[in-house]
Amino acid sequence: MRPRRPLTRRSRRLAAALLLALAALLVFAASAFAGLVTPEHGGSKNADEINDLYKIVLYVAILVFVGVEGTLLYSVIRFRARKGRVPAQIRGNTRLEIGWTIGAALILVVLTAVTFALLPSIKNPPRSGPAGLQLSANGVRYAALDQPAPPGGKSLKIKINGQQFVWRFVYPNKAFAYQTMVVPVDTTVTLDIQSQDVAHSWWIPKLGPKFDAIPGYTNHSWFKVPASAIPQGKTGVTFRGQCTELCGYGHANMVAFVRAVPVDRYEQWVARQKRELDQANAQAVKQRAQFNPIPSQ
Amino acid sequence: MATPEYALRKMPRPQVLTRDVTRPSRARWLSWVATTDHKKIGILYMVTAFVFFMVGGTEALLMRIQLGAPENTFLTPTAYNQLFTLHGTTMIFLFVVPMMAGFANYFVPLQIGARDMAFPRLNALSFWLFVFGGVVFYASLFWSPPQAGWTSYPPLSSSAYLPDGGIDAWIYLIHLTGLSSILGAINLYVTILNMRAPGMGWSRLPLFCWSILTFAILLILALPSVAAGVTLLLTDRHFGTHFFDPTQGGSALLWQHLFWFFGHPEVYIMILPGFGIISEILPVFARKPIFGYRAIAAATVGIAFLSLLVWAHHMFATPLSTVVLAFFMLSSMIIAVPTGVKIFNWIATLWRGTIIMKTPLYFAVGFLAFFTLGGISGVMLAIFPIDWYVTDTYFVVAHFHYVLVAGAVNAIFAGLYYWYPKVTGRMMSDSLGKLSFWLTFVGFNATFLVQHSIGLEGMPRRVYEYPDIADLHVLNLISTIGSFILALGVLVTAYNLVRSLKKGVTAGPDPWKGNTLEWFTTSPPPENNFDVIPRVRSVEPMKDIRRQVEREEEAATRRVSQPTPTPTARA
Repeated sequence: MRPRRPLTRRSRRLAAALLLALAALLVFAASAFAGLVTPEHGGSKNADEINDLYKIVLYVAILVFVGVEGTLLYSVIRFRARKGRVPAQIRGNTRLEIGWTIGAALILVVLTAVTFALLPSIKNPPRSGPAGLQLSANGVRYAALDQPAPPGGKSLKIKINGQQFVWRFVYPNKAFAYQTMVVPVDTTVTLDIQSQDVAHSWWIPKLGPKFDAIPGYTNHSWFKVPASAIPQGKTGVTFRGQCTELCGYGHANMVAFVRAVPVDRYEQWVARQKRELDQANAQAVKQRAQFNPIPSQ
Repeated sequence: MATPEYALRKMPRPQVLTRDVTRPSRARWLSWVATTDHKKIGILYMVTAFVFFMVGGTEALLMRIQLGAPENTFLTPTAYNQLFTLHGTTMIFLFVVPMMAGFANYFVPLQIGARDMAFPRLNALSFWLFVFGGVVFYASLFWSPPQAGWTSYPPLSSSAYLPDGGIDAWIYLIHLTGLSSILGAINLYVTILNMRAPGMGWSRLPLFCWSILTFAILLILALPSVAAGVTLLLTDRHFGTHFFDPTQGGSALLWQHLFWFFGHPEVYIMILPGFGIISEILPVFARKPIFGYRAIAAATVGIAFLSLLVWAHHMFATPLSTVVLAFFMLSSMIIAVPTGVKIFNWIATLWRGTIIMKTPLYFAVGFLAFFTLGGISGVMLAIFPIDWYVTDTYFVVAHFHYVLVAGAVNAIFAGLYYWYPKVTGRMMSDSLGKLSFWLTFVGFNATFLVQHSIGLEGMPRRVYEYPDIADLHVLNLISTIGSFILALGVLVTAYNLVRSLKKGVTAGPDPWKGNTLEWFTTSPPPENNFDVIPRVRSVEPMKDIRRQVEREEEAATRRVSQPTPTPTARA
């Protein structure tokens, strides 16, 4: 008889090597096909964290999947009917049942723990960076039930208004813009997401989570584009997104862009936007007066 | 005196001879329209549902053609929105649920040894309500089909935004098929509770019947919520109420709660009977008892209970507090435990069996392999920060097609190949069946696996066009090609179903050596199913009957082969 111990040790080593190889393969595959198997990210910390969480869950998922499919494939091939083979008349095994119930539950406990460990950095807006917009003392203080104000309470608050089939962005100085939201880098931008007609959903993949714009409700989100996101030699970086809740025939064309620029450029832009709006409004008032003169008493 | 032949003739046989009751002859079509026989109603359900399946599949192919290239102009945005609304609604309300109801109608009475359903006329009413629902819905094709998705979220579905009759046709479909399902569910529930064969206690009820019992209870609990929802929507649209109108103090979110309180259990309403079919097929083809009968039955009930507590995971991106998000994340994750238990038990049923590789087993294994993937992506979606990223994208589309096509449709095909000989008396072609399996297997995965990536790259669902960015073009093209391979696989089975009616090999009463009582009667069964209902002694009554016959045959041959004692000797 062969000695049993070395064999088990060897098989144990083999199993460990196989696991290591599998893990290495997973890491390799995940980086090689990052665009295909993991979320877009890189525009904001919450997007990066979602990507990290997704990757952890994906590894666990792949292990479970490979385990289940392997066992299934093995049984279907190994236990085919052949001459002389007798099926084992087993009706169950309580210990096994309890084992895999607890096993499955444990995996979920781990996933839950990881989720709640990463949740704060996805949900809670951080402080603006030194290169960001210097918000004055009357910078908007932001506190929602579930999305706390960033530390220090200051953020650039932009109101997003969804409408068939365009997005409107209203800035603190009442300037507004359609379709393209211009923001300063390194600044925590908090969003109040609303709709004025049907349900829409705000989503820029590289900036993280999406949130529905539902008429009658205000939803909240945030992002903070790092200064490093602007490529060398460029004046800004643009992220594309679009409405993700069916809102009618124009749903597919309800796109949105977020353009992150250095602070000085942002300030110029928002001031110009405001100036032009004011001019246009003044012009409109004049024209109204011209065509509908207020009757003198 | 006792010749061998005589001894054999006197022996108890497993098949009880039954006769057709002769009735005044009626027109053949009338015998179908006016029938209250659960078997005929079951066939009507299955055939109608299969027709709707082909219609829904055609709609899917049209959408896939449109999405085969970026910025394609094959369909207008409105036509595209109408198509996915028709497709989703058809597949759910006119295909999967009625198909499962068809299986239940036909096989529950047979499996529990009953001669019909508890309320045969109500049963016929259920079927015709379902047909009328489908007719009302598809009649809208001649005017303006609904275009707000199968979820019809207000305010989009309100008269302010979609004033035409499409949404109303959709509402009537929900009402009519809903009423049909509730009546059918009550009927199945009462039948299973009261009409089981002598000796068939709860621990001897076939697992398919367990799943149908749970299916019925879920329908009864979940449907009233959507029935209330669509009624409120109807009064909003036509009678000036403002339940869902935020401009008049109504709540657009209320609809989402009412809808998903039904909508999520609906997923399990569609998949649980599939679980039941798989639980019947695996032990028969592994020639082994089901592993963990009690665990599987308990898991079925557990899943049903939990499914009533997870609805808001469809709403993770709406304004909800973290406590609510956490609750629905945990409840959704917990469902993975009983579902996992089932999958482990099914694999353990195959373990150390002698697996007979016939078409029903192929589809059952296909179910196990890819439903698992849908379950795993389901856990990923339950984690709400991940859901914030992938919800309403193609990732979700991929997920629920893994659950409903790899899950429910594979189970339905497995069931069709398994039970066709009982229904028609003829076998379906095994080689065509396997061809169909491989085509659907390749086509399905080509269509839907890449859709995970399409979603991760940022493409939302329900968009009629997409820009040529990232890998969207090539991935969508793969998906489109896959959908046609999948359709070809379905067509092969459709052809097989029709062809085998005339050309199939005669099946005999029990071609698979089944475990449950439907195999005790002739194929197809006579109108009254059984003349004599056997006493049930285990969860596999047919095994007991076959064993008993074997024993008695053996005893008889022994008696015959031994020299017959002479009357004098006996005296």
